Amino acid sequence: MPHRTFFWFILPSLLAMFLFIALPIGSVLVQSLFVEHEQVLIETENCGPFGCTPSVSVDQEATQALRDANPLGRFNGFGTYTDRNHLAFVEVADGWATSDGWADFGSRLMNLPFYKALAFTLAYTFLVTPLVIILGLAIALGVNGLPKMLKGATIFVSLLPMIVTPLVGSLILFWMIDADGIIGATLQRLTGDPSLSLKASPALTWLTLFIYGVWHSAPFAFIVFYAGLQTVPAETLEAAQIDGASRWQRVRYVTIPYMAPLVVFILLIQLMDNFRVFEAIVGLSAQANASSLSILIYSDLRGDVAQFGSAAATSMMTIIGVAILLTPVLIRTWRDFNRKRA
Amino acid sequence: MSSVAQRRSPALIVLSTGFVVLWLVIAAFPFLWTLWGSFKVQGDFFSRADWMNAIWGTRTIVETGASFTGAGYEGAWIQEGFWQAALNTFIVVFFTVIISLTFGTLGGFALARSGYRYAFWLLMLALVFRAMPHITLVSGYLLPFFEWNLWGHKTTGIIVLVAINQPFTLWMLHSFFLNIPKDLDESALVDGCTRFQAFRLVIIPVMWPGVVTTGLFSFLLAYNDFAVTAMLLSQDNQTMVPAIAGFLGSTFEEGNVMFAVAAVVSATAPLFVLILFFQRQIVSGLTAGAVKG
Repeated sequence: MPHRTFFWFILPSLLAMFLFIALPIGSVLVQSLFVEHEQVLIETENCGPFGCTPSVSVDQEATQALRDANPLGRFNGFGTYTDRNHLAFVEVADGWATSDGWADFGSRLMNLPFYKALAFTLAYTFLVTPLVIILGLAIALGVNGLPKMLKGATIFVSLLPMIVTPLVGSLILFWMIDADGIIGATLQRLTGDPSLSLKASPALTWLTLFIYGVWHSAPFAFIVFYAGLQTVPAETLEAAQIDGASRWQRVRYVTIPYMAPLVVFILLIQLMDNFRVFEAIVGLSAQANASSLSILIYSDLRGDVAQFGSAAATSMMTIIGVAILLTPVLIRTWRDFNRKRA
Repeated sequence: MSSVAQRRSPALIVLSTGFVVLWLVIAAFPFLWTLWGSFKVQGDFFSRADWMNAIWGTRTIVETGASFTGAGYEGAWIQEGFWQAALNTFIVVFFTVIISLTFGTLGGFALARSGYRYAFWLLMLALVFRAMPHITLVSGYLLPFFEWNLWGHKTTGIIVLVAINQPFTLWMLHSFFLNIPKDLDESALVDGCTRFQAFRLVIIPVMWPGVVTTGLFSFLLAYNDFAVTAMLLSQDNQTMVPAIAGFLGSTFEEGNVMFAVAAVVSATAPLFVLILFFQRQIVSGLTAGAVKG
């Protein structure tokens, strides 16, 4: 296709992506270098019968005027990145110098909002992703062995957790694990502990979120693996059996190697999606015990006064995280592309 | 398929069937439970005494005189104005899908037919954009949108959702167009068509399966979105998902959590119908990217 025609065909799509994805990233970068204006203080003297006392108050009008004149705020350089709510250089250095042992340092780190969020985001991404792949493969192998007439209905039911709105799915789980909900009440009865709450302790909240994540994403891996299983040639499986391979050996040495490219695909999509874990935490009202990078940005923007600078700095670091996550994939694809051309 | 390799021992059949049944229960039970419970009163759905109450509706009979009640739905749809959110969702999702598909088919076709290196780079760029958490983009929009008075309108929401949808739409339609033989539109060019005529007269008639599948996923993305709709739409223009989140804030104190339960079931119903009718397309869409690598 000639360059000119290509350009006109792709223009609307490219324009949309440029205006609403590329420019916002630029806007985030700029915003992250600024912070909100400080309030303008005025000193007045209150004079009474016993003399004058100076008092300081906020000049609302002047503050508002300053905000209107310069909505970005004042320039702060990389100050926002290094403050307590983000990378917290001072606190980390202090913790490093004064803490005794790794455990103490770790617990101090977990008191800093950014590191707490980062820890959860990484834990979620790197625990849920492999679990999704294993569970998805197991379901696919199971469904593949079912009689044909049952497969359609099974796939229908299996799609539900994935297709349903994440916020809605997590809310449904939230109501069920409520102390008065079916799972929460049953757990209390089983453990004989009437005060057991899945919402109270950080460890249990993390566990709940991981379970939700696996429940939500396993269908995706299942469908992809199931489609892949249909392409494994029966002749190869038979040949392996004639050579004396057991059922497990056939799965291990014939089926799984056929699935390898699919694993890469699922891995890519799941890493991208799990890294932005967000709705589940809102739906499960778990902000107190588990926060993710997306949640940090959300709560900065949602506060009484939206903190654009702080949200933007976290956004910038999230984007860098995504870039690091994607680099291996991009390098791999680039190599494949060059090999195909050569 | 009844080859020797497919034959399995009874124990294995029982084990694997049992596992699938367990999975189906885990997948379906939460929805069935919530659907059933949405017709009960709060005292049953969140029963302190015995969760079996939710099945028989013990409190529901005491409070309303029947074992099922539509009070939750009435409260959500009429009293809390959930119909407005449903209407907004319809408008936002409808236009998002239409515009996404229009842009996406044009762009996807161009990417599939261009052998130049920049087409590859555009696809890679789209992949990177696809990975951006939506909330980071929202934090980029908010301040400019406030300043230019663009915040809160449905149109803004639609345009933003279209843009966020584009990377995915492009990838998917690109791989569908790769499957349509090049000869088809090239023969049209030989017959004297322009590129656009070839697209309109030859490609459009055969592209519908791919477009329907991509449309389904655009629909899901727009329908399920929370980050963009919650942050960029004003109260009047809110769609269902942020409206449900809003219920939680306002209803817990009043003891009307059942409104939220009813709203959740209402918002899930269209998705249920969607899978019922388009299961085949959804499955083929999920695997389209994977099987081709």
